Amino acid sequence: MTQATFRVWRGERGSGSFSEYRTEITEGMVVLDAIHQIQAEQAGDLAVRWNCKAGKCGSCSAEVNGMPRLMCMTRMNQLDLSEPITVEPMRAFPHVRDLVTDVSWNFEVKKQIRKFTPRTPEAADGSWRMQQVDVDRVQEFRKCIECFLCQDVCHVLRDHNRHGEFIGPRFFVYAAALEMHPLDTANRLPALKNAHGLGYCNITKCCTRVCPEGITITDNAIIPLKERVVDEFYDPIVRLVRLFRGGKTTSPGTT
Amino acid sequence: MAEMERVDHDVLVIGAGGAGLRAAIAAAQEGVRVGLVTKSLLGKAHTVMAEGGIAAAMAHVDERDGWRVHFADTMRGGQYVNNWRMAELHAKEAPDRVRELEAWGALFDRTSDGRILQRNFGGHKFPRLAHVGDRTGLEMIRTLQDHGIHAGIDVHMEHTIVTLLTDGERVSGALAYDRERGRFKCFRARSIVLATGGIGRAFRITSNSWEYTGDGHALAYRAGAALQDMEFVQFHPTGMVWPPSVRGILVTEGVRGEGGVLRNSKGERFMFADIPENYRSQTADNEDEGWRYTQGDKTARRPPELLTRDHVARCILKEVREGRGSPHGGVFLDIAWIKARMPNSAEHIRKKLPSMYHQFKQLADIDITTTPMEVGPTTHYIMGGIRVDGDSQMATVPGLFAAGECAAGLHGANRLGGNSLSDLLVFGKRAGEYAARFARSNGAAKIADADIDSAVAAALEPFQRSGGESPYQIQHELQDSMQELVGIVRREEEMQRALTRIAELRPRAQDVHVSGNREYNPGWHTALDLNNLLTVSEAITRSAIERKESRGGHFRDDFPAKDAAFAGFNLVCRRGTDGAMKVERIAIPPLPDHLKAVIAEET
Ligand SMILES: Cc1cc2nc3c(=O)[nH]c(=O)nc-3n(C[C@H](O)[C@H](O)[C@H](O)COP(=O)(O)OP(=O)(O)OC[C@H]3O[C@@H](n4cnc5c(N)ncnc54)[C@H](O)[C@@H]3O)c2cc1C
Ligand code: SF4
Ligand code: SF4
Ligand code: FES
Repeated sequence: MTQATFRVWRGERGSGSFSEYRTEITEGMVVLDAIHQIQAEQAGDLAVRWNCKAGKCGSCSAEVNGMPRLMCMTRMNQLDLSEPITVEPMRAFPHVRDLVTDVSWNFEVKKQIRKFTPRTPEAADGSWRMQQVDVDRVQEFRKCIECFLCQDVCHVLRDHNRHGEFIGPRFFVYAAALEMHPLDTANRLPALKNAHGLGYCNITKCCTRVCPEGITITDNAIIPLKERVVDEFYDPIVRLVRLFRGGKTTSPGTT
Repeated sequence: MAEMERVDHDVLVIGAGGAGLRAAIAAAQEGVRVGLVTKSLLGKAHTVMAEGGIAAAMAHVDERDGWRVHFADTMRGGQYVNNWRMAELHAKEAPDRVRELEAWGALFDRTSDGRILQRNFGGHKFPRLAHVGDRTGLEMIRTLQDHGIHAGIDVHMEHTIVTLLTDGERVSGALAYDRERGRFKCFRARSIVLATGGIGRAFRITSNSWEYTGDGHALAYRAGAALQDMEFVQFHPTGMVWPPSVRGILVTEGVRGEGGVLRNSKGERFMFADIPENYRSQTADNEDEGWRYTQGDKTARRPPELLTRDHVARCILKEVREGRGSPHGGVFLDIAWIKARMPNSAEHIRKKLPSMYHQFKQLADIDITTTPMEVGPTTHYIMGGIRVDGDSQMATVPGLFAAGECAAGLHGANRLGGNSLSDLLVFGKRAGEYAARFARSNGAAKIADADIDSAVAAALEPFQRSGGESPYQIQHELQDSMQELVGIVRREEEMQRALTRIAELRPRAQDVHVSGNREYNPGWHTALDLNNLLTVSEAITRSAIERKESRGGHFRDDFPAKDAAFAGFNLVCRRGTDGAMKVERIAIPPLPDHLKAVIAEET
């Protein structure tokens, strides 16, 4: 029988502190199980957001030992139980209570991105023809479960609070999925450059590293978008990236 | 009266899964003011978890398919107690609803000629499920969500409806609290669509999330609506069984569709040993034929692993009970074996079943491309729900509509895989349209302040008490009772015991105490959900006692055979004037000749 100590952030609207709980760890447990166990046995009002407990809905995002993670997909046996395990809410969003943050900003941001605008259907039955190779790339982006962990980790939001002028990696992925959708006809490049703040991203790749869906956010979504923007406008960072890559000017996103 | 925010809509949709979102979009298109309420955040509803696909007879992979075959398959799966009108509409309209998703941006997997690819699934005669790998539900909910946010719908996230308000017979609104702050909000509406999903949390082992506490069922019941077919609960044959913390999490039927096989501890493909008579002519009688079927050979018949879910679940239970189970009380589901049949099978499996690969790797340290999984039955879906009119989806209460898993009828005694996602689209759209029409042709209804006050007082009671038990304790006891006494295999005396347990738990549930304040307090939420769970558990148990035969998802050890005497009616639960639950039999209208002919030809 193993015991573990958890330091869980308790409090409301920004003010709070860590509370310590000891709980039993059994085979196969994930952090969310431990939090639920603490809730059922020691702290009935401990607030935590979750739904599927299978890594599919993106509700249970938190910072476990300082790392942005899905609690339901973080196995206890991946953590060092000899030290207390800290569990905190995501720091890039306003705090509500305990482990729950107010992520509503993300839902507002999405509304500002021009919606899917398909071309006229070509087939007689009123639908379209697309090949698997053409949808593969976009399907990668559409795996996103909107956990907002990438938003949480991105320094432009987390440290510089540019929420008003920068939509964040999640929505670059969203915009890329629309821009590269084989049927879409809208042009989002001017908005990406201006209102959506694509230029603030300096390609640190922190977002890619935390994405639980393994979406290559920076290389497959952001850089191709930046390249598309640069083809219309000018962006110094893409300039640098291109130099660094030895003059390679195209990526899968621009062909 | 208590101070609170009041919101006015023409149509209020409760639930933002596939059914609720589709209903809200449809109602908004009709030009009325629409509100959408959900317990969780947008895009997190259960629909997001669906894996295998959406059933629609588009005939992209096998040109022999069509609405007639889909209709016949659905009726046979439901053992002919379905609402045949719903089964007909569903089979006819599903293809258009899927194409509509594509027009809204969904990207399904493709056939080689560039159309939407369709895969095999249990009980469907032809490859019929439009899909995106094994994350079809995500594709569907995200498409509806992203389309819906531009449709002029007012969304109220993380709000839980606790009571429906009525004006005479008719619905007039609903009371909610917001989970974040615990403040009450009163919604006034001319019509209401319930799209709250299922009841899985009434059982201990389930693939369902905390949201599935049967809220819509219970809200409708308390407002005077009838619940139908509640004895028909689907136990999915393949849930994870190990480690304990993931017990119940779904392993998609897609694994078997791609060639995965079930074996017992002796390595036997036990499903070949028990093929029901009415499926024999469609089922492979050797392993090779079964494999060829999964690889698209149109001359082959399906392997017995793809028989209906109720049957496969019982066969697994039998292996376990007779001592041929896997180490942790399940059986083996093996997809790794296909390496004997194809080169680069590991890559193929990862491509076809990415989230299953991920799920086992991360949660159980198992690589499914090399090692068999351990699986066992898990509570998955309820066929029963709010009784509705087949065309309009209106419940027995005027102005109240229901769609998706919380409504009854389409699936009869057993649902085929993939028929839920199509159900959400077809009947979500219909419910939204008819609710909008109802709202337009009926004036505003009144809400009595006294009703609001008493609902608020009832909701706050758990804070006022001192000394009662924790709501979690009672929830666990209820789940254990339902699991043990009203599960996959049922018996009269066990179910009577369950009724007694439920009756004992009720007063205890009325007496629970919660600590803390109203802001995002899960203890309080659980306390309120408990009453709903108790109501649906009672309805399931009472109906299951009343149906003294075995049919579809309902299996009675004491009446193991299907009985023609029970084929002609549905069981319906209603609240009697004395407040007690009454179960009645309601005759199923006879099948019209044209549908009879379809069944005769296509079965
Ligand atoms: C793991 C898994 C895999 C599945 N795979 C498939 C598949 O491949 N194919 C298929 O056809 N079916 C599948 N199903 C079944 C199918 O996913 C569900 O039946 C379907 O998604 C239910 O959709 P719904 O719109 O009725 O409800 P849901 O999507 O569950 O939505 C319910 C909504 O109601 C809200 N709600 C509930 N109560 C309240 C309340 N009191 N107040 C306010 N809001 C409330 C919730 O917050 C939520 O927004 C699967 C199910 C599971 C669990
Ligand atoms: S790569 Fe760009 S978007 Fe991603 S974390 Fe770094 S700055 Fe943010
Ligand atoms: S891109 Fe990845 S990290 Fe970001 S929200 Fe989507 S799934 Fe989460
Ligand atoms: S609970 Fe759904 S991702 Fe963790």
